[in-house]
Amino acid sequence: MSVSLTYAYYPGCSSTGTSIEYDMSSRAICAALDITLTDVPNWSCCGSTPAHTVDHTLSSALSARNLCQVASMGLTAAVTPCPSCLSNLKTAQHRMKNDSFREKVSKLLDKPADITVETKSVLQILVEDYGIEKIKAKVTKPLTGLIVAAYYGCIMNRPAEIMNFDDREHPMAMDNIMTALGATVVPFPLKVECCGASFGIPRKDVVMRLSGKLLDTAKEMGAMALVTACPLCQMNLDMRQEQINSANGSKHHMPIFYFTQLMGLAFGLSEKELGIDKLCVNPRSVINALGMEGDSKEKSQ
Amino acid sequence: MKIGVFVCHCGSNIEGTVDTAAVAAAAREFPGVAFATDTMYTCSEPGQEEIVNAIKEHQLDGVVVASCTPRMHEQTFRRTVERAGLNRYLFEMANIREHVSWIGKDREANTNKATELVRMAASKLLHNRPLLSKQFDINKRVLIIGGGVAGIQAALDCAEGGLEVILVEKTTTIGGKMAKLDKTFPTVDCSCCILGPRMVDVAQHPNITLYAYSEIEEVSGYVGNFEVKVKKKATYVDWDKCTGCGICMTKCPSKKATDFFNEGIGKTTAINIPFPQAIPKKAKIDANFCMKLQKGKCGICAKVCPSGCIDFTQQDEFVTEKVGAIVAATGFDLFDWTVYGEYGGGRYPDVITSLQYERMLSASGPTGGHIKRPSDGKEPKNVVFIQCVGSRDKSVGRPYCTGFCCMYTAKQAILTKDHLPEAQTYVFYMDIRATGKNYDEFTRRAMEEYNAKYIRGRVSMIYPKGDSLLVRGADTLMGTQVEVDADLVVLAVGADSSAGAAGLAEKLRISYDSYGFYMEGHPKLKPVETNTAGVYLAGCCQGPKDIPSSVAQGSAAASKVLGLFSKDKLASDPQVSVVDIKRCIGCGKCIKTCPFGAIKEIDFRGMKKAEVIETVCQGCGICTSTCPQGAAQLQHFTDNQILSEVNALCQF
Ligand SMILES: Cc1cc2nc3c(=O)[nH]c(=O)nc-3n(C[C@H](O)[C@H](O)[C@H](O)COP(=O)(O)OP(=O)(O)OC[C@H]3O[C@@H](n4cnc5c(N)ncnc54)[C@H](O)[C@@H]3O)c2cc1C
Ligand code: SF4
Ligand code: SF4
Repeated sequence: MSVSLTYAYYPGCSSTGTSIEYDMSSRAICAALDITLTDVPNWSCCGSTPAHTVDHTLSSALSARNLCQVASMGLTAAVTPCPSCLSNLKTAQHRMKNDSFREKVSKLLDKPADITVETKSVLQILVEDYGIEKIKAKVTKPLTGLIVAAYYGCIMNRPAEIMNFDDREHPMAMDNIMTALGATVVPFPLKVECCGASFGIPRKDVVMRLSGKLLDTAKEMGAMALVTACPLCQMNLDMRQEQINSANGSKHHMPIFYFTQLMGLAFGLSEKELGIDKLCVNPRSVINALGMEGDSKEKSQ
Repeated sequence: MKIGVFVCHCGSNIEGTVDTAAVAAAAREFPGVAFATDTMYTCSEPGQEEIVNAIKEHQLDGVVVASCTPRMHEQTFRRTVERAGLNRYLFEMANIREHVSWIGKDREANTNKATELVRMAASKLLHNRPLLSKQFDINKRVLIIGGGVAGIQAALDCAEGGLEVILVEKTTTIGGKMAKLDKTFPTVDCSCCILGPRMVDVAQHPNITLYAYSEIEEVSGYVGNFEVKVKKKATYVDWDKCTGCGICMTKCPSKKATDFFNEGIGKTTAINIPFPQAIPKKAKIDANFCMKLQKGKCGICAKVCPSGCIDFTQQDEFVTEKVGAIVAATGFDLFDWTVYGEYGGGRYPDVITSLQYERMLSASGPTGGHIKRPSDGKEPKNVVFIQCVGSRDKSVGRPYCTGFCCMYTAKQAILTKDHLPEAQTYVFYMDIRATGKNYDEFTRRAMEEYNAKYIRGRVSMIYPKGDSLLVRGADTLMGTQVEVDADLVVLAVGADSSAGAAGLAEKLRISYDSYGFYMEGHPKLKPVETNTAGVYLAGCCQGPKDIPSSVAQGSAAASKVLGLFSKDKLASDPQVSVVDIKRCIGCGKCIKTCPFGAIKEIDFRGMKKAEVIETVCQGCGICTSTCPQGAAQLQHFTDNQILSEVNALCQF
């Protein structure tokens, strides 16, 4: 047996709120796979979109601070479930390859910025470091009969030079995991399209249009559910699905899972651990169709 | 020795950052220098006269010109000193333009560096000896590699000029890409109708020997006397007997073979003749698909062939040809567009290449000239063309413009409307490059008379929607996003260098750029020459170009060959290695290291010695650094000459 994988874990702010179920399920499946996640001590927000739209140096300093925290743990690799956090971490690292930029950041940190830590997403470590074959071996309750569309969002793989993961236009990482779990994956053409992201607040109509298109296309392709890897995508598609329906006159009832939740189900973990009950669009009928009747406690609720 | 030094201003090219008068003044103090001056344009007529006069007036017996690169004007000045009665090798050039003035701005530092380069040249000149060329015979046969339109043109022009021509073509037929085209811009005349007769001329010309389905294995020798080994690849058909009747094709049960000629639109039989007008019209078996060759069963073609030409045991054959000149005309290949994930990366059957579309438009093509969607055979209504796929795109490593895609896209838009009057065409473009004669008028016609909708912008994504494709892009003139529902998408895929171009260049000892296109001798003044004497270029192997330009280059290369062969003898380059027989100990090391096999062992009064074959030596100098005795010396670059340069530079 190979040595077990160990990473510094950077949850990101959404993990403490809107995407808590992503955090829960990520931790749960990693534990099930014997992957050690150690929380980064005293981590701070990555600044998300607002920070880097205002100031590149300040925004990078936020990520650089977290990277220093990782280095202080004596670990060389950090992992986060959130592609937006990852994008900020990686962009900061990319910018800091420039010496004068790195100096500016170091000045803000009052210490030299770290340039040694490797950053990856949870999805990336699963396919690149752990391996699909081994994931397949862990499946105890195959998702046979479940038809899903894998939706990566627009920043998981792009810009390719910075994210350096899978194919920028046609990623397959989640598709392959879903297939390994026994699910059927439809060839979803809008895999890397934008969901509208943070326009949900200033320009809701944009999200209604863009996310609406994702739901329409997934349905057209025959998907029973969408699988996501991004808190913002998941929120737009799940929490706003009713708003989308009323804005577009559609009647979607499409569960929006995190891929980690489906992995957990296939590994036989409890729905509770995976935060299935946190989803807005009720996935019950889809899960029941798999012959998984859910946690007994939940059923009685 | 009395040396004259001429320091050139090159207008302001050199004088701008080098104090040429100061360089000349410094040169006057160098050993042997009897005269030094700066001049405005040394290469001009008055400039050359100044050299001739100075030689006479000051009885100079050696000249240094400090100016541009020797690649530019070494020959010019060698002729100048020759006119004044000096041996052409009593001349040295110091490159103070490319190596000094163009690369540094500091006038003082530049002036110092230029002075040192002149000092080196003058010191070497003190050790130079007159050298004389010998005359040698030339073989007036020419090899042309590649039978596209450029190679065909070169072959016919040479053959008409009375030369014996060997034409080597990689595939089973000549014609190249042009044979695959339906019509040609800007006249929309039938490609096969204008090319076909020329292909027939090649077949019938008594001076042309055609090796089809053959490749160059090895090239040795030098200008006037090349020896070329040609590999005739096994076709499993005896071409001396094959009449091209095509009966074998009708009976072959293996019908799923890749149809290379039709660019994979449709399939063909394992034994096939690529198209009716093929030259030579001979059948070949594709071993990968032949049941007999794969599994030992079948052999039907052998039974039905009326001429008994099938030979399943045929092997590759080699022939050696001696020629005096070579023309490379190996054309181009299409860029592998599947790297574009946003266009589906090859996943959508109704996204095709421009060349596949040409085959579809062609009446003798796999669809009989009907435009049909590969997915379901339906006639498309909306046809979207995307230009610059693999051209002008740094992100895929192809920053250059292919140059002819704008034009053929306009042609294809026009032809689409001719075939399907109800269809609507859309063209996504970056700019329209239509700079040839009648070209801009042609693209305008596509827009104005054939109602092609031109949208300036790139396509960001193609994805299936129902049974059509949604093409999403930017309209940068309107500043909006556009989405077009397309039934068929045609990608104007750019040109790559032809497969194997670099390997062939190495055999021919010619240079190629980072994309594999062959380098011309000079970008303006030697467009069809290479840096290897006797090797010429024609067509797209030198860079993407359209048919008129490819044909023009074919003729230009032919005229260069005819010019070369207009002499009966060529002068050899005396800058070759010479073994000093007194020093040679016969160890044979040089014989082993010489990459050109230019050194042979001889018996000299019972002793083993090395001797250089003058005409084969390329002057690379490897033997001179191999020889432990310093017996092998490269003329004009002897150890003494080089050391004198080093000493001049390192005197302090
Ligand atoms: C879709 C499309 C449409 C076009 N339409 C037009 C048009 O309408 N008008 C126009 O002017 N131009 C057009 N062009 C451009 C035209 O195709 C080229 O200008 C022309 O084919 C160049 O001729 P060539 O002989 O240099 O190269 P090619 O046509 O590529 O011929 C090269 C030949 O050399 C052979 N070869 C390659 N390597 C070797 C080797 N190592 N040994 C031996 N043989 C070798 C090849 O098999 C081929 O037969 C079009 C191009 C495309 C892609
Ligand atoms: S290496 Fe020198 S010594 Fe040896 S055979 Fe060649 S020339 Fe003679
Ligand atoms: S210089 Fe020497 S090694 Fe080079 S080609 Fe001539 S003989 Fe051969």
